Amino acid sequence: MSLASAPPVRARAVLPGFRLTFGTTLLYLTVIVLIPIIALVIEGAGIGPARLWDIVSAPRTRAALRITITAAAVATVINAVYGLLMAWVLVRYRFPGRGLLDALMDIPFALPTAVAGLSLTALYSANGWFGAVLAPMGIQVVYTLGGIILAMSFTSIPFVVRAVQPVLEKLDPALEEAASSLGASGWTTFRRVIFPAIMPAWLGGVTTSFARSLGEFGAVVFIAGNLPFKTEIASLLAYIRLEEYDYEGAAAVALVLMVLALVLLFLSNLVQIRAARYGAVTA
Amino acid sequence: MTRALLIGLAVVTTAIFVVVPLVYIFVQALGAGWSAYAANIMHPLTLHAIWMTTLVAVIVVPVTVAFGIGAAWLLSKFQFRGRGLLITLIELPFSISPIIAGICYLLLYGRQGWLGGFLARHDLDVLFALPGIVMVTMFVTTPFVVREVLPLMQAQGSDQEQAAVTLGASGWQLFRRVTLPNIRWALLYGAVLATARAVGEYGGVAIVSGSIRGKTNTLPLHVELLFNDLNAAGAFAAATVLTMIALVVLVAKTVLEHRR
Repeated sequence: MSLASAPPVRARAVLPGFRLTFGTTLLYLTVIVLIPIIALVIEGAGIGPARLWDIVSAPRTRAALRITITAAAVATVINAVYGLLMAWVLVRYRFPGRGLLDALMDIPFALPTAVAGLSLTALYSANGWFGAVLAPMGIQVVYTLGGIILAMSFTSIPFVVRAVQPVLEKLDPALEEAASSLGASGWTTFRRVIFPAIMPAWLGGVTTSFARSLGEFGAVVFIAGNLPFKTEIASLLAYIRLEEYDYEGAAAVALVLMVLALVLLFLSNLVQIRAARYGAVTA
Repeated sequence: MTRALLIGLAVVTTAIFVVVPLVYIFVQALGAGWSAYAANIMHPLTLHAIWMTTLVAVIVVPVTVAFGIGAAWLLSKFQFRGRGLLITLIELPFSISPIIAGICYLLLYGRQGWLGGFLARHDLDVLFALPGIVMVTMFVTTPFVVREVLPLMQAQGSDQEQAAVTLGASGWQLFRRVTLPNIRWALLYGAVLATARAVGEYGGVAIVSGSIRGKTNTLPLHVELLFNDLNAAGAFAAATVLTMIALVVLVAKTVLEHRR
């Protein structure tokens, strides 16, 4: 949901505090958010387009970007399905333990990503609970792309669920009743009536989930093994460049990631604006 | 039939996906018994990391709350040019990965950075010291309180505040007696979420803190250091502290959701 959606109250003449709150807000945003981001943009501009392209198109950077985008895409598909299932079950059914199941959806946001990464790594390593079961079947998760996908999908679980839930709750039951009274089966009603109504919210959740996965760092570094060309993600490559004092390299990779994130933010806002304009039918 | 199937599927996948990893933290930490666990927690470097994380949260959360109240007041009570830009800036840290934020701070305050020379001449430490950690954490928590408080203040409008001003209330009285009682639960809710985020921040802090043991090492960074030292029991013991904070946050969040 965008903060920009509701209009402000016109009360300039009456209420005090404009100068104070304007000053503090501007000061905070300038020092904490704006100047650091400008520093990155200027560093990027200073590199120059030719050198920037060299860094971004270098084999190791390309591999890292490909691994990051692939893993984030798969993780997002998993969460798109899982999130829809969870939102549906939590909104439509009443059963013992529903409240707990609902609260559990927030674990990945409350739990520090480093802790999630630590636990998943131990759990899926050869002598962990899940790893011991998967290893004899020849499935290795830790230090593979699978591990990266697992970590990314864990840390972005809440996005789709929490995006779809409120819309599903507000959906007008009359629509479904009309559909079924006209002879539509449960699946047809879902596909033709319910899903189109929740799709904008679902897509919004999917987009933020993807954006988050692209930038995820803490959980992934534990489980990935971080081998260049195999399991090295883009944000880790940026981190490694910093440790090598290669500030240009780090800034270039960071810029690519930032531009990707901003494009996704823009797309997500576009989906929501369209949804607001052509409105989902709600009660 | 469908109902039972879907509920079953939801419960089983959530158990595998979320619950087991959570339980496993405690299983691993307590695997060698309580006394080993206690020894791991009481290790001076772990205690120092707990202290660092507490200190960062104690500084960052009140600032985020104060900023959030101010920004929400500004954006809900006044109409001015550049309002949309301010909102975009507030929401930006949600979309930018903390690791990018860390790189931005390093470019700005590092030895080669814009302010690096100035800071070095005046013997001021920002990077690899508390100020850097605090500022990067503030970057990350920027939107948390505004996002909860602003929609509420907009929905409630300004009628009550205007009435209070007409009756001669000062700005401070107005805020404390009229606005605050209306927004207190949303404010607390935002503060709780910001606390969770501040305590758990990893990527950004990893870059600016330098992870100096016993000095700038926060608890999530300490977990990683212990893990790399192949001290799994120690890493999991430290992780339980963070997990318990997360669980308290979750309970507080659930309670506050009903109050809001």
